[in-house]
Parts: sequence; structure tokens; C-alpha cells
Amino acid sequence: MKLDLRLPIGLMFGVFGVILTVYGLVSEKAIYDRSLGINVNLWWGLVLLAFGLVMLGFAIRGSFARRSIQSPHHTSRA
Amino acid sequence: MPVQHIQLSAVDYTILIVYFAFVLGIGWALRRFVKSSEDFFLSGRSIPAWIAGLAFISANLGAQEVIGMGASGAKYGMMTSHFYWVGAIPAMVFVGIFMMPFYYGSRARSVPEYLKLRFDEKTRGFNAITFAVMTVFSSGISMYALAKLLELVLGWNFHTSVVLSAVVVLGYIFLGGLTSAIYNEVLQFFLIVLGFLPLVLLGLKDMGGWGGLTAKLETVATNAGYAAGAWSNSWHHLNAASANPMGVEWFGMVMGLGFVLSFGYWCTDFLVVQRAMAADSMTAARRTPLLAALPKMLFPALVILPGMIAIALHATRQGGFLPVGSDGTPNYNLAVPMMLAHYLPSGLLGLGLTALMASFMSGMAGNVTAFNTVWTYDIYQSYVRPGQSDAHYLRVGQVTTVCGILLSVAAAYAATRFNNILDMLQLVFAFVNAPLFATFLLGMFWRRTTGHGAFFGLLTGTAAAALHHGLVLPQGAVPGLKGAFLGTVLHTYPSEMAQNFWTAIFAWSACFVATIAISLVTARNKSDDELKGLVYALTPRLTDREIVWYKRPATLAVLVLGLTLILNVIFW
Repeated sequence: MKLDLRLPIGLMFGVFGVILTVYGLVSEKAIYDRSLGINVNLWWGLVLLAFGLVMLGFAIRGSFARRSIQSPHHTSRA
Repeated sequence: MPVQHIQLSAVDYTILIVYFAFVLGIGWALRRFVKSSEDFFLSGRSIPAWIAGLAFISANLGAQEVIGMGASGAKYGMMTSHFYWVGAIPAMVFVGIFMMPFYYGSRARSVPEYLKLRFDEKTRGFNAITFAVMTVFSSGISMYALAKLLELVLGWNFHTSVVLSAVVVLGYIFLGGLTSAIYNEVLQFFLIVLGFLPLVLLGLKDMGGWGGLTAKLETVATNAGYAAGAWSNSWHHLNAASANPMGVEWFGMVMGLGFVLSFGYWCTDFLVVQRAMAADSMTAARRTPLLAALPKMLFPALVILPGMIAIALHATRQGGFLPVGSDGTPNYNLAVPMMLAHYLPSGLLGLGLTALMASFMSGMAGNVTAFNTVWTYDIYQSYVRPGQSDAHYLRVGQVTTVCGILLSVAAAYAATRFNNILDMLQLVFAFVNAPLFATFLLGMFWRRTTGHGAFFGLLTGTAAAALHHGLVLPQGAVPGLKGAFLGTVLHTYPSEMAQNFWTAIFAWSACFVATIAISLVTARNKSDDELKGLVYALTPRLTDREIVWYKRPATLAVLVLGLTLILNVIFW
């Protein structure tokens, strides 16, 4: 693979997760009237953060795996 | 009809800007990998199956999906799921199992190029030109819908939105070509799923779960004069066209949507096929549509449910949720944006709107990359300036990206005449894709099909579509773009949807019969030897013995079809 796609996916959702979680912690309660009283920013922010970290984990594991076995398939395309 | 504009806060804009930064960043990071025209147009055939699979559905996940399916969910209810469980999954399985071996195996770089190898130059030219026109239209519809939406919902200037979305899409395709489009489509896929899921969960919780929603939809159905389950059953009310809001009966549904339109789209539309062609091996190419089918079958929950919840809210509030036009019908296209504004607080609202914009951009980018390839390989390299260097064609591809986007902008302004954009797209598909599927079926499975047969069969099919469309009219429409442009109305359909399904059935049948008839009276222009790898009977069977049984395309296909059947039964 030219660029491990899991890296930008993990980064982007990690950033979104942090933004939403922090906003969920500091925002006023009144804005959650429309979301049935649930602080959805906090909860969904944590979900996105977890998703982003899992993707990043895969990306890092993938890059270690690629470094240890430089398969001919990858080198031939350079 | 003034709509209260949604106020976005700083956090919403931050999310939007982060997204744009990542989209363009991916294009920037990939630009150094674009060295040849094959890199630009086909990703150098190096994409793993899971990425190609997600891009396969994401390229199709444009305006028609998120806004159109939401609108249809509100307008027609659960029957909209037929666009997935009848109108997509079976065809996706078919393209993976039966057609991908020819596409990928023949090393054709595009669907029109396959037609050239199998039939002749004129069939290819005809398909290349109609396809190019169609992609520009689709992309224009995406752009129009996005700009219109942002204008209505956020109060943004229509022209600014068109320019902004055009520039972003142009930026990342110009830099990284198809790879960049595919990578961004996968990013967009996750964003759309994760951006809409909280909306669906909140909406369902508010309705009191699926049971509460169906109870509220009974009011919607009985108010409109249908049986109580008309909005929450998928098959139950298909016995007669008058019994359901879509105005179709089961034959028109299964033949028109399930067979002709669906197979015509998924099997012959280069926009989606291109994603699988970019896969890194034959097995990966065959697994691409099959892997795509798994999330695809769950998409109704994500895109149709919000529309159904919107119409339920609309009914419980005595018509106080969706904006209502002067003739009393709600503006269905606003179902999803109104839902976003209704349930999501700032923060998640930014994420939801970003997901919405992502869906528009992936639809646009998919069309633009497909347009690029077809224009450069099948029109420019074949007819305008053949025999140039590869660097020249790469350059042309980049220039074409700019032109394709400019043409889409023009098409965006032409798309303002339809109430439901899905109907307009279906109309275009009926004209172009429906007859083409007959040509492919005959071409791939009957070696006697000749070049003349294919070409004149296609012409006949398209003419039949035009003739049918020119003589019929959906209920309540005035003659013109919506039908009956030939002056006389021979038949009036209960809905535009029914009209489109039947246009497709006529076009396909005409092409099928005409291709056979003409092939029988013309001489074959390709010998058996030339057709090796292009026709089923002359291609060695693929055996997947070297792959573990559970990774074989056939196993995956059985799994996908079984799950689809179960879904159809649950929501019968």
C-alpha cells in the first residue's frame, strides 16, 4: 500500500473524538434538550476516540509488520 | 417557504475545517505516487479488497443516497429498502461472481474499452459518450443538491457552496488521481456511518423504538388513504400499484428496479466498476463488490430510517416538521437536514453536516474520476489524439478533471426542475444503463452477438426509452422533461418511480430483442480466438481451490444473499 489509509482515518477520528469529548465536558447543559437530555457530544466523542485509536493501532502494527518482512510485492512497486 | 436557518457554532466549523484539511492532505500525500497515467486513472491496480470495497459503495453514496433515500423514506416509507435488498445486493453479487472475471481479466481499462474488445469501435464510442454525459449529470446533481441544501439550511450562498465543493474535489483528484478519490471515499464512508448513527439512535429512542415508529407511521399511512402498514412493510402492499405510496406493483418492482435498473447500474456503470478494477488481484477484484454488499445491506437503517422518523414527526405534529410547499406537499428532500437540526446539538451537528457534505463530495468525486478515465482513454486517446506519450495522457487527465468539474457546475444549474432528485437520476439510468445491461448479458454469454447487433441494439434500446418516456406521464405532471414530450399521453403512471421502472423495462427488452435479431442477420466480426477472456464459454473457469473455502468469492456470495433474504423476510 502506498499510504496506510488507516493512519489518516485514525488521526481524523481521533481529533474529532477529542474535540467532541472536550466540548461535551465544557458545554452548557441546555443545548442537550434537543438530544433528549443526553450529553451526546461526550458519549459519541468517546466512541469516535476509541474508533480512531483502534485504527491507529492497526496502522502502527501494520507498519511494524511491513518493516520486518519487506515482501517483494511492495518493493517492486516503488 | 422560509426555513429557520441552523446556527452553527465555532466547534461545528472546527470539525468541518479539520475534515477539509484531511481530505486535501490525503491528496497531497498521494501526489508523489502519480507517475503514469495508469497510476492516475486506475491507482496502478494496487488497492486491497477492503479499501476497494468501501470505495465501491462510497462512490455510489452520493446525494442520491443520503438525501434521496431519506426523502424516499419519508415519501414512500419502508418500501424504499427495495433499492438495497432488491435493487443493489443481488446485482453486486452478480458483478463480483460473473462479470469481474471479464472486466479484470481482459485488462480493459474501462467499461467502454471492454466493449471495444468484445464488439467494435462504434459500440465503444457510443457508450463512452453517453457515459460521459451521464457522469457529468450525476456529479452536477450532487453539487446542486449540496449547494441548495446549504443555502436552505445554513443560509450559505448557493454559488459560494458550488465553488467551494468544486474546488475541494478538484484539489484532491487533481493531486492524487483515482487513489486519492478512493482513499477519500473510504474516509467519507466512515464519516457518513459515524456521523449519521447518533441521529438514527436518538430518533429511534425518541420514537420509542421500532415499535413506536411503526405505530406512528400507521397514522401517516391511514391519513394518506393506504393500509396501516404501507409505510412500515416492504413487500406487503405490492400486489397492486394503488395500494402503496410508490405506485408500483411487484412485477414493475422486481423487473424494473431489481433486474434492469439495478443490474444495469451495478454491472455496467464504470463509476462503480472502476473501483473494483483498481484492486490488486483478480480475487480482490471479485471480492470488492461482495465485501461492499455487507455494509450496503445495513444502509437502509442509516439513510432511510431518518426519513421515516421525519415523516412520523411531521404527522404527530400535524404537519409542523417538514417545510410544506404551496401545494400542501412536504419538501421531502429536507427530511434529513431537518432531522439533523432537530436532534443534534452543536458539536455533533457539525459532525452530521460534515458527513452530509462528505457524501456529496464522494458522489461527485466518483463521477469525476470515472469521467476522466473514459474521456481520456476512450474518447481522447481513441479519436482525438492517439499515439501520444503516457505523460501526455496523464496531463490530459488532469486537465479533464478541471473540465469535468466545470461541466458538473453547469449541470448543477440544470438540475433545479425535479422535486425528488432520485427520480431524475433514475430517469438518466433508464436511458443509458438499462439497455446497456442487455448488451453486456448477450455479449458475455452469447458468442454469436456481433458488433452491429450490439451497436444498433443499444440505439434501439435508448430510442425505446425515449419513445416510452415521450408518450407517458406520471400522475399530476405537465408534459415536458417529466414525460410525454411527444405530445400525446398514452398512459398515466401513478408515480414517477413507476414510470421510470417501466421505461427501463421497455429499453432493456427492446435492446435485448434487437441485439439478437441484428446479430443473427449480420456476420460475426470477432473469431472465437479473439473472444477468449471476453465471453463466458470461451474463458477458462476460475477455480478458487488455492484459497481457503471461507475466503472464496462464492462463499461470500452465498452469505451475502442469505443475509439479504433474511432482511427481506423480517421487514416483509
